Amino acid sequence: MLRYTLKRLLSLFLSLAVASLVIFFVIEVAPGDPASFMLGINAQPDTVAALRAELGLDVPKWQRYLDWVGGMLAGDFGTSYTYRTPVADMIGERLWVSLPLALYALTLSTLIAFPAGIYAASRRGKPGDIAVMGATQLGVAIPNFWFAMMLVLVFAINLHWFSAGGFAGWDAGLWAGMRSLTLPAISLALPQAAILARVMRSSLLDILGEDFMRTARAKGLSRRQALWRHGVRNALIPVLTIIGLQFSFLLAGSIIIEQVFYLPGLGRLVFQSISSRDLIVVESVVMLLVFSVITVNFIVDLAYALVDPRLRSRT
Amino acid sequence: MNRNLLLGGLLSSLFVLAALLSFVWTPFDHAAMDIPAKLKPPQAPHWFGTDHFGRDMFSMIMVGARTSLAVAFIAVGIGMAIGVPLGLTAAARKGSWLDEVIMRANDLVFAFPSLVIAILITAVFGAGAINAIIAIGIFNIPVFARITRSAALSLWERDFILAARVAGKSSTRISLEHILPNVTNLLIVQGTIQFSLGILAEAGLSYVGLGAQPPTPSWGRMLADAQTMVSFAPHLALIPGLAIILTVLGLNLMGDGLRDHLDPRLRVSRT
Repeated sequence: MLRYTLKRLLSLFLSLAVASLVIFFVIEVAPGDPASFMLGINAQPDTVAALRAELGLDVPKWQRYLDWVGGMLAGDFGTSYTYRTPVADMIGERLWVSLPLALYALTLSTLIAFPAGIYAASRRGKPGDIAVMGATQLGVAIPNFWFAMMLVLVFAINLHWFSAGGFAGWDAGLWAGMRSLTLPAISLALPQAAILARVMRSSLLDILGEDFMRTARAKGLSRRQALWRHGVRNALIPVLTIIGLQFSFLLAGSIIIEQVFYLPGLGRLVFQSISSRDLIVVESVVMLLVFSVITVNFIVDLAYALVDPRLRSRT
Repeated sequence: MNRNLLLGGLLSSLFVLAALLSFVWTPFDHAAMDIPAKLKPPQAPHWFGTDHFGRDMFSMIMVGARTSLAVAFIAVGIGMAIGVPLGLTAAARKGSWLDEVIMRANDLVFAFPSLVIAILITAVFGAGAINAIIAIGIFNIPVFARITRSAALSLWERDFILAARVAGKSSTRISLEHILPNVTNLLIVQGTIQFSLGILAEAGLSYVGLGAQPPTPSWGRMLADAQTMVSFAPHLALIPGLAIILTVLGLNLMGDGLRDHLDPRLRVSRT
């Protein structure tokens, strides 16, 4: 297990290093110098040069790359070109919206998908199964931002149960914050729940065909006992991987959903930064998203190997 | 012919036909504004109603189908054109450093969701439909590379490949003449799934302004425009949304049907 962990850890660092290189140099080829953009076309060359020096744009590229990576490792993401505030603070503030939203959606999608998938698998081929599978087929076809608009139309505009957008802030209390995140979380969770329910069902069906399930029934367990004690537990392993993958997609998906609900999260920060050419913010947010994908996958891999020792020998 | 394939095929071809027809005929000019007739609910002669500029929604949906289908189709093409050769190469040289490099690079690309790729590209080159194609195309590459490699690996163990090697064929020729034809069915099925995912991704990107730009009509942009008017003109949001759902549903059903039709033993990852 130690050998496996070290090997995976090495590849984790390698991936992060290559990803940061790719992100930095893709952004660096962007036409347009942030300093001349900020000062407008009539700026004097020496003013531009002074601002370039102030923003640290006058040192060689590789030097800036090393500063950027070194800074991030120390928790310093640089200073925003437009707001002149530390990028880490801006991201930190927005993360308090995006991260709870993604976790909320992940919880909802798991709560919906597990019972639905288990129910469908235990009634394979019967009307209940067909109904669940039909619903999931529809669920994966619905764009989450469109579903969000429909939720706003029904629950905010017509029924007034929730507000149509905006974020109450955590200062207004946990309940107020959760309430403004509820519709966004439901709309994010729906397509993910559909996928997860399908995975849960097919994984459980694979297990139900195993010999040990027959043994469990033969030794006198009821169908229900065998399903829960031996079926669901074993079926959870592949489902874990999908949940891990989903977390990163939820974080990325929240960027779109934030636009529907005017939530002050990472998504809005990125779009504002793109239009004001505040590239250091774009760079850092993208790196953060990619970092979260790679790290979550690493954790899932480790958890997987911990549960299933057969995986440690393969890599 | 199974039911999924029939139903899915019919639904998808409906939208493909609408897109093709829009090149020669639409009920109205999709860009023609008619302010007095703005925000009309669905009724004759505007079967899907009109938007806030009085443009005919039916015509806009037809032209928008062009954008959605073209972006998703080319993105699948990019994914296959690059991913399949990579997968074949990795499988032919299983365990070599080349295999390792290809698979690690795949993992790396996989860590960039298509939305993040689109954000990067837009930050550099500005927004446009081309960005959406590139972003979704790049996202598709590792999907095809992985599926090709794993299918090819099991084929390399088979006796007919051994026979081809004994006959003196090079691994490149074996890959092209024996492996590729045997993974085609799998690629068609996965291609259908990536096509439907591409349509969803394109809609999302255009919705947040990273995809097709005005005046090019696209379903995602129509939804973005509809957002502030959804309370008094819900048809503006309902109709493009239903167009997306039906297209994606049709393609997914077709994918399921094709899988059962081409090879019932095939099991393609749906996630």
